[in-house]
Amino acid sequence: MLVYTAKRILLAILVSLTVSALVFSLLYLSGDPATALAGERASQADIMAIRAAYGFDQPVYVQYFKWLAGAVQGEFGESVYFRLPVIDLILERLPVTMTLGVCAMIFALALSIPLGVLAAMYPNSLIDRAALLLAVVGQAMPSFWFALMLIVLFAYWVPILPASGSDSWQHFVLPTIVLGYYATPAFMRLTRTGLLDVLSSDYVRTARAKGLRPAKVLFKHALRNAIIPVVSLAAVQFGFMLTGSIIIETVFALHGAGFLAWESISRSDFPTVQAVLLLFSWFYIILTFLADLLNAWLNPRIRVA
Amino acid sequence: MTKRTTRRVALRGLAMAVALGATTWIATPALAGKADDTLNIAWDRELPNIDVYFNNSREGILVNRMVWDTLIYRDPNTGEFKGLLAESFEIVNDTTFEFKLRKGVKFHNGDPFSAKDVVATVDFLLTPDTGKLAQQTIGWIKGAEALDDYTVRIYANNPTPLATLYLAGDIPIYPADHYAKVGPGGMGESPVGTGPYKVTKVVPGKEIVFEANADYFDGSPKGKPAIGTVHQRTIPDVNTQIVELTSGKLDWIWKVPADQAEKLATLPSLNVISAGTMRIGYLQFDAAGRSGENPFQDVRVRKAVSHAIDRQAIVDNIVRGASQVIDSACYPEQFGCTSDVVKYDYDVDKAKALLAEAGYPDGFRTEIYAYRNREYLEPMLGFLQQVGIETDLRYGKYAATRDAIRSNNVPFAFMTWGSGSVPDVDAITPVFFGGGPDDLAQDPEVQAALQKGGSTVDEAVRLEAYQTALGKIAAEAYWLPLWTYNTNYAMSQELDWTPTADEIPRFFFAKWK
Repeated sequence: MLVYTAKRILLAILVSLTVSALVFSLLYLSGDPATALAGERASQADIMAIRAAYGFDQPVYVQYFKWLAGAVQGEFGESVYFRLPVIDLILERLPVTMTLGVCAMIFALALSIPLGVLAAMYPNSLIDRAALLLAVVGQAMPSFWFALMLIVLFAYWVPILPASGSDSWQHFVLPTIVLGYYATPAFMRLTRTGLLDVLSSDYVRTARAKGLRPAKVLFKHALRNAIIPVVSLAAVQFGFMLTGSIIIETVFALHGAGFLAWESISRSDFPTVQAVLLLFSWFYIILTFLADLLNAWLNPRIRVA
Repeated sequence: MTKRTTRRVALRGLAMAVALGATTWIATPALAGKADDTLNIAWDRELPNIDVYFNNSREGILVNRMVWDTLIYRDPNTGEFKGLLAESFEIVNDTTFEFKLRKGVKFHNGDPFSAKDVVATVDFLLTPDTGKLAQQTIGWIKGAEALDDYTVRIYANNPTPLATLYLAGDIPIYPADHYAKVGPGGMGESPVGTGPYKVTKVVPGKEIVFEANADYFDGSPKGKPAIGTVHQRTIPDVNTQIVELTSGKLDWIWKVPADQAEKLATLPSLNVISAGTMRIGYLQFDAAGRSGENPFQDVRVRKAVSHAIDRQAIVDNIVRGASQVIDSACYPEQFGCTSDVVKYDYDVDKAKALLAEAGYPDGFRTEIYAYRNREYLEPMLGFLQQVGIETDLRYGKYAATRDAIRSNNVPFAFMTWGSGSVPDVDAITPVFFGGGPDDLAQDPEVQAALQKGGSTVDEAVRLEAYQTALGKIAAEAYWLPLWTYNTNYAMSQELDWTPTADEIPRFFFAKWK
């Protein structure tokens, strides 16, 4: 297990380094950062001065390794846009993204697993069809449109929730619904399929034959096995919720880390982009790693394998 | 109690709980504007460091005018210069400006204002490699000298016609001791100026709270602010801004798209104003062949393109608002901008004839570079197609597009220019025709005229020089000037505020009705 863990961590470091080097080069292809910073009225001399002052006149690989050397020591530098330490910016915005991600995940699981179970218990019934409809709508509806509809409904027509900001728990209700609902269909369909599969297996038939209560068969024997793929998916989806909530953060003016990364790309704010990217790649890596551990705990056969 | 009655009671209880919860929610986000003397405003972009010398966004200019003062003030409506931190000023000669400073003025942190602060600000601006972004507005300064505690002189390297404009807008005075201590980072986190509003809260990129400066000095042309608090929030999505505005949680927004502005204008609770800005759009041709041999080196092709596009139709149907078609390479209200130039009306037949004459009877294919307003660009490409000009669009970010132009890779581009709200031709035409890296015409006659206009403060000489330059630019069709841009402002009916042509909202003039 220790060797396995060490290998995973080494792989994680290689992945994040590769991604960050790639992004560093790609950002340079999108235009000279000094020109972007200097603004349209800047003369060529002004741009040269800014290039020198910010170190953009050095070769790209030198800039990258300088940044990397700092990052290894926990020094992510200063945002060229805000002129504030990048770490302060991230720490200020990360709680918003984390809160939204956790709430959305809880919402998605709380909605999708019961629906998936019901759909599996009563396949091809009205409940199953309704759950399918919910899944199709959730998957097909663009999240920005859903967000705007909820805003119009709950912040304008029936103004019981705020449309923007992140100052109170009320501010997270609508974003949570939008982000969570988007992830719901996948969880629901996976729970349904897994449970249907398990419910027709031999050990469940045996458990039933032994006269165990249906609820016990369902929750203790069947669901525990059926939920394993959901755990893996949840890890990936949670990563998506943390990093891919840019549109939702934009619409609800949440100012989270995802929005910071997005805006920093358009502002050519390399130190910020790099730091957020590194952080996000580590999120993904840690989450998938934790999912593996959780799966191993849920299913001893995985541990043996 | 029967089972059914129990269920009914339980449902009623649940409904009541939901209603109570809803009431709590309703009560929470109350953000009245006039009622608590707080003007709630929003814009869409995250403002970088509030230190004005380290940001170049329009919102930064807005904050600059609220928090800091300059030595002199230019009335945006009349163009008249007045004293601000300076009680009076005198242009001693073409390169020397003398200011008698106002006594008794205090910075927001209580530091007294004096000549020392002016000299320290100028010294900081002249210090190289500080990373400041506002180079273009300070490059003309040679130095500053305090003659006594309340008299200061600023020296220019050369006669600079825009000097007074820069002094009246782009060079706010910082508190010497405080800035030396905290630097740009500290100034961004906790700005200190002498202006009509002081900043009481900054959450970078998210919100800024401005409180009226109760000690603001008498006699300032900005006047004492009438509204107690201005609360700015950054809301990136315009639709969310609109919902917040219509539900009364915001009092003022700007840059509202034309179609939404028209709809908002029908609401009785809102006031929508479309005002012109100094930004203009233009098509730029590589007449000098800097990107290699290309059809636009032939004046007949440039004229053909100019005749092929129905600019008025695009303005009427897509750009809308207060925008207007222009014919000269400048914003019409800038000093020196003349409309007495050759005009190119929409005439497809003439365009086709000119193309045939130039050896392109079937048109040709070209790259076109652009970085914004694709919705304006697409119809232009459609018009070009009508005369046989096929285009390969290279749509990128501003920095990449401008880099491509400066690296001699662009035969044809759709660009815009805002002049930094400087109401003088010198802030636009010399940038693109003065022989610099953005000059794709490289016309010595135009360059000489612009050089003449930009190196004297004699207004008559300047006007004549710009007439020559702009006339030649239009005659040779080096550019096709397209239209002026506009900004749509939407605000509460309770707010009394009027936009200005320089697109700099001045909330110290705002008041409640």
